[in-house]
Amino acid sequence: MSASPDLSALSVGDEVARTEHLITRDSLVRYAGASGDFNPIHYRDDVAEFVGLPGVLAHGMLTMGVAVQSVVDWAGNPARIVDYQVRFTRPVVVNRNDGATLSIVAKAAVVEPEERRVRVDVVATVQGQTVLGKAQAWVSFA
Amino acid sequence: MAGGSLVCEVWPSRLATNLVRLPGLTPARDAPDAARRIRTMRRVPVNPAIQGRSYPPTASYLVGREKVREFARAVFATNPICLDVEAARAAGHPDVVAPPTFPVVVQEHTLAQLLGDPDAGIDFGRVVHGDQRFQYTRPIVAGDELTAQLTVTAVKSLGGNSMITATTEISDAAGAHVVTATSTLVVRGDD
Repeated sequence: MSASPDLSALSVGDEVARTEHLITRDSLVRYAGASGDFNPIHYRDDVAEFVGLPGVLAHGMLTMGVAVQSVVDWAGNPARIVDYQVRFTRPVVVNRNDGATLSIVAKAAVVEPEERRVRVDVVATVQGQTVLGKAQAWVSFA
Repeated sequence: MAGGSLVCEVWPSRLATNLVRLPGLTPARDAPDAARRIRTMRRVPVNPAIQGRSYPPTASYLVGREKVREFARAVFATNPICLDVEAARAAGHPDVVAPPTFPVVVQEHTLAQLLGDPDAGIDFGRVVHGDQRFQYTRPIVAGDELTAQLTVTAVKSLGGNSMITATTEISDAAGAHVVTATSTLVVRGDD
C-alpha cells in the first residue's frame, strides 16, 4: 500500500488539508459527460435564468467529489476512504467568465489510533459561504 | 430520463424543477405548455407504503478503465492510483481505483426505478437531493461488474414535506458487497 500519515502525531482539530479548486464552465461540461448528468441548469445560462436560478450551478455531486480529493491526497490512496457523506446546503453558482473557487479545509475530527481510523471533517466554502453540511469522511489505514 | 439527472440539489420553483427535466426543452417555446401540464398535474402524496420496498437489481455495469480516468479527471483527482495502472498495482489493486463518489454513476439507475414507479407517487419535479453517503466494503476498481439494488429504507413526513431514504446496495459479479450509496430525497408537499 501507499505511504500513510503518522497517526500517532495526529490530534483532533489538526488541519490535514487546505486547498482551493477553480470550478469553471468547462469543469461542469466535463463532469456532465463523466457522470451522465446532463441537466441543462449545469451548463446553459438561458435555462438557468428561465427557471429562476441565480446562474448556472455546479452539480452537487461534483462539489462532493472535488471536496474529498484533498482528503484522498492526505490519505495517500482513494481506497482508504471507507465512508463519505455530505449534505447539500447551498448551490454553487459558476460564473461564465470567472467560474467559482471552492475552498476546502479538512481537519481531523475523530482519531482512533487502535483501529487506525480517522474521521476527517471538510468545510467547503465559496466566497466565504459554506456550501456543504456534515461533510465527513472516514479514512481507514487498517 | 436519459440525458438528465433525476435528482438535483437545488430547489427552484416548482415550475423550474419540472421544466428542466423536459428533454429538448426550448424555454420560450415550451413554457406555456409546461406550465399548463404542471397546473393540471394531480397532487399525489408520496405513498408511505413504499417504505421497505426493494426494486429489481439493475443490469450489470462494467467499470471501464477509461471511464474511471474520465471520472477522476472530472472531479479533479490527481492521485495516480485513480489514473495510472502501474501505480494502482503497486498499491495492491488489480487496476485503477475509482474516486470515492464514482458509485453515483451506478446508483443513478436505481433512483430512476424509484422515481419512475407510479405507485411511489413521487413527483420528481418536486424532488431535491438532500444528502448523500457512500459506505465501502472495498473500493471500486476498473474491471468490476457491478449490480445495484435499491431499497426504500425510510419515508418520513417533516413540515409538509416527505423525506425518502433510498439505500442502494452495489455488489460485484460474485455477489459480494462493494459499497452502499444512500440518498435522502426531499419531496416538497403542496404549496
